[in-house]
Amino acid sequence: MTDILRVNGLSKSYGNQIGCADVCFDVYPGEVLGIVGESGSGKTTLLRCLAGHLEADSGSVEFVLRDGVRRDTLTMDEAERRQLGRTDWAFVHQNPRDGLRMAISAGGNIGERLMAIGDRHYGNIRATATSWLERVEIDPARIDDRPSTFSGGMQQRLQIARNLVTAPRLVFMDEPTGGLDVSVQARLLDLLRGLVAELGIAVIIVTHDLAVVRMLADRMMVMRRGQVVESGLADQVLDDPSHEYTQLLVSSALQV
Amino acid sequence: MMMLSVSNLEKSFHLHQQNNAHIPVLSGAQFDVAAGECVALTGPSGCGKSSLMRMIYGNYRADSGSIRISGTDVVTATPREVMALRRGTIGYVSQFLRVLPRVPTLRVVAEPYILAGGNEAEAEEIARELLLRLRIPETLWQLSPLTFSGGEQQRVNIVRGFVHPYPVLLLDEPTASLDAANRDSVLDLIVEAKQRGAAVIGIFHDAIVRDAVADREIDVSLFGGN
Repeated sequence: MTDILRVNGLSKSYGNQIGCADVCFDVYPGEVLGIVGESGSGKTTLLRCLAGHLEADSGSVEFVLRDGVRRDTLTMDEAERRQLGRTDWAFVHQNPRDGLRMAISAGGNIGERLMAIGDRHYGNIRATATSWLERVEIDPARIDDRPSTFSGGMQQRLQIARNLVTAPRLVFMDEPTGGLDVSVQARLLDLLRGLVAELGIAVIIVTHDLAVVRMLADRMMVMRRGQVVESGLADQVLDDPSHEYTQLLVSSALQV
Repeated sequence: MMMLSVSNLEKSFHLHQQNNAHIPVLSGAQFDVAAGECVALTGPSGCGKSSLMRMIYGNYRADSGSIRISGTDVVTATPREVMALRRGTIGYVSQFLRVLPRVPTLRVVAEPYILAGGNEAEAEEIARELLLRLRIPETLWQLSPLTFSGGEQQRVNIVRGFVHPYPVLLLDEPTASLDAANRDSVLDLIVEAKQRGAAVIGIFHDAIVRDAVADREIDVSLFGGN
């Protein structure tokens, strides 16, 4: 097994404000990497640079394509990167409204991504959309309803279905459980864990919720002021944190 | 055959948030455990038994020394090497069950077998058999174990540790809140694990349990941190 993504020296600043600095890591297929830190630590900047939503100042983000070719996605042209965003990559936003098209039906939201990769057969698209609604525990009878009529938890699950339907190999997630009720969070985490195991996708998940990292991530990185201050096995970093800032984060988390 | 070899192990906690306290835990810890052998870690509360066990599992870091398990030194291993050891080689029954809410018990206990590369049907079959042996009623299997009593949760945790035949087993107080019948069932499981050649390291406060399964005791307070 080798890496599917390798990040080297990735940096981004906003004027003289550091976004993220000299970030290096790699991810293998089937692995979940958690990135934690408080607001302003640079974790979302990092995720957006990785996914190509923001232009990095320096560094490289090498991705291994299906044919085994390793490409630096930062130097790809825009069309190629957009193609990657529709096929091998997926991005799950914190707010499902940013990742869904609210004016089209649930089935249309899932079908749109299939059509973007060339699927044209209406019956097939609808059948696939139906099966994905079931997988994310949304009643398929709601297939023609707009997501604006869904609860927040359902919208988030729909966003995940829309993202995973094209069988991406790498998924970026920005606080995917952020605005959800606790009961819905657990269900979503269980769903995500199942899908990751079943499909062997690699996931990079940004969150401020240490419990999410413990339940979902194999490895984690802790960010502060744009720097990665500690990284390692998720349970080791959480149970035996060595950096001062990680110790503060872990000791400040509420126990339930 | 040596399954596990601990050498010159040192560990201390440096607590930045608490007046930079430096708390020595262990120094010069040294011992081996052979296949088929059960070693009991002993010593008063707070002497580092659980910390030592967590270091063997890679849950706590060590400052120096080595912990060799089937060709890997846990102390210097990469996260991925530790993950690989945990999948197939080291089983760990911690004192408390920590699982995702809402996942049914049968899936919770079958999971380690599947992660170790086993197939799903087989995993469920073994899981069912072990749940029955530890008297978890079948009516509970489709419920999350987080709704169970303390003793039931502990038994679910034990089943998770025995569902795959790990060559190295770490047991932290596996019988602490069990009644006599369930305690005896757990003792049987430990004895069977030894017979198939597992190296077992346990913390057993109950002397009856310790005498029944342990071949040897290691007094962890002798590796006092000072």
